[in-house]
Amino acid sequence: MIPALTIENLTKQYAGGFQALKGISLEVQHGDFFALLGPNGAGKSTTIGVICSLVAKTAGRVAVYGTDIDEDFAGAKKNIGIVPQEFNFNMFEQPFDIVVNQAGYYGMPKALASERAEQYLRELGLWDKRHVPSRMLSGGMKRRLMIARALVHNPRLLILDEPTAGVDIEMRRSMWDFLQKLNQEGTTIILTTHYLEEAEALCRNIAIINHGEIVENSSMRDLLRRLHREVFIFDAVDELPDVVEIEGFGVRRVDERTLEIEVEKGQHINEVFAGLSQADIRISSMRNRANRLEEMFVRLVEGAQ
Amino acid sequence: MNFQEQWVALVTILRKEVKRYLRIWTQTLLPSAITMSLYFVIFGSLIGSRIGDMGGFTYMQFVVPGLIMMAIVTNSYSNVVSSFFGSKFNHSVEELLVSPTPNYIILLGYVIGGVSRGLLVAVIVTLVSLFFTDLHMHSFAVVVIIVLMTSILFALAGFINAVYANNFDDISIIPTFVLTPLIYLGGVFYSMDLLPDFWAAVSKLNPLVYVVNAFRYGVLGVSDVSLSVAFGMIAVFTVAAWCYSMHLLNTGKRLRQ
Repeated sequence: MIPALTIENLTKQYAGGFQALKGISLEVQHGDFFALLGPNGAGKSTTIGVICSLVAKTAGRVAVYGTDIDEDFAGAKKNIGIVPQEFNFNMFEQPFDIVVNQAGYYGMPKALASERAEQYLRELGLWDKRHVPSRMLSGGMKRRLMIARALVHNPRLLILDEPTAGVDIEMRRSMWDFLQKLNQEGTTIILTTHYLEEAEALCRNIAIINHGEIVENSSMRDLLRRLHREVFIFDAVDELPDVVEIEGFGVRRVDERTLEIEVEKGQHINEVFAGLSQADIRISSMRNRANRLEEMFVRLVEGAQ
Repeated sequence: MNFQEQWVALVTILRKEVKRYLRIWTQTLLPSAITMSLYFVIFGSLIGSRIGDMGGFTYMQFVVPGLIMMAIVTNSYSNVVSSFFGSKFNHSVEELLVSPTPNYIILLGYVIGGVSRGLLVAVIVTLVSLFFTDLHMHSFAVVVIIVLMTSILFALAGFINAVYANNFDDISIIPTFVLTPLIYLGGVFYSMDLLPDFWAAVSKLNPLVYVVNAFRYGVLGVSDVSLSVAFGMIAVFTVAAWCYSMHLLNTGKRLRQ
């Protein structure tokens, strides 16, 4: 099957000489939910910009569903829906007009455009706000409006550049559900996000980009499997002694009622509890210090520096 | 995109443009009507009545074509410059840039939008002028052609200005310091015959002289310049402006990173 996205040796050097992309190569398969992660300034948005023609590449090849952007950019663009990081619609226009106009730019007749606009505005909970000036929408609504706009021409590849930034947790969860449903229906999705739990929850494959280079490209499962260490936080019922030691584990006393304990791959959390019981420490609750992907991400990005 | 899809994209841009200037009609349509009414009252009635005939017509009849053309020039220009720069400023131009709409359709959409506003304002100003004087059409064909060519030319000029503009000051510099002086010195209020030979020759470097005089010929049947030269000059400027605008869009200069 033709990949949804093929990037080969993509390079971008800006006029000032800054090299944002240093020959990255990437392939995203049809139907994938793909995470493109990296710290700020790593090159994620530049990559997305090149794919959707907002950034001119210096060298390399990009193909969307087999259509090379240098040979038939219009053909490639028909397959792409883009939700950018920044709000990029006219705040004085109404959501319904914004979505219908976008469909028009793809050559869709107005009747069909109106039908699709209604469908997506309803699905994303914006139908009641369709005639409100867009500037009056909340941040979450504006993000959902950009998703509706990106979907109106039924793209096969949807690219979301931090779609849930600044969105409250309830809204974020409902957007996750929507995106998962969309992916199950066959839309390939590329997601960039700073919420790593979001990527972990949604994406099957992942690429991590840092300083314009791909430092990791694998399945989410394989990546997380390579994580050799997890840090757990334990909340104690009673005040902790000044020194707490459990044989075989790294223990750090955070405050009088909190412990951080490192559990290496192959070790068992039961052993931690056994050690805590032996030290007569009662535990009221326990949680991960960071999510697993975050742990791996920090390690990969720091390792590359 | 096939022809039908391109047509839909063009209509979409045009509809958006028209909707935009009609939504803010107090800023886009009304000011021209008021300004031109003041010109008619002050230059046409009050001062004009003391000036007497010019080129065989009353002063009011003489200035009306120039004033209508002035409204067309400023409105086609300012519509495109403000709309396109606005979409650049709020990044909504990306809606178009990420779509498969060809660049020439994008340009055509904005230009026709500017032309439509120029024509609408021309109709308003013409109707206002009828309160002050009688207008007779000498050549309807010349009027239509010159109005279309002029509004296309200045819509394109507005587009180029918008692409280069970095802030809102930049979109008012050209109209204030270039366009307005050229219009005022373009024979709107006087006949070139009144100028000394040297200044008459210098004036012929001003493209607005050709625009105003060609339009005046269409309305009154008199012109200080040859009609064929006027059409030729406007056509050359229009083709050059179109080609340059397309170059800007194709290279993505100041639009894409």
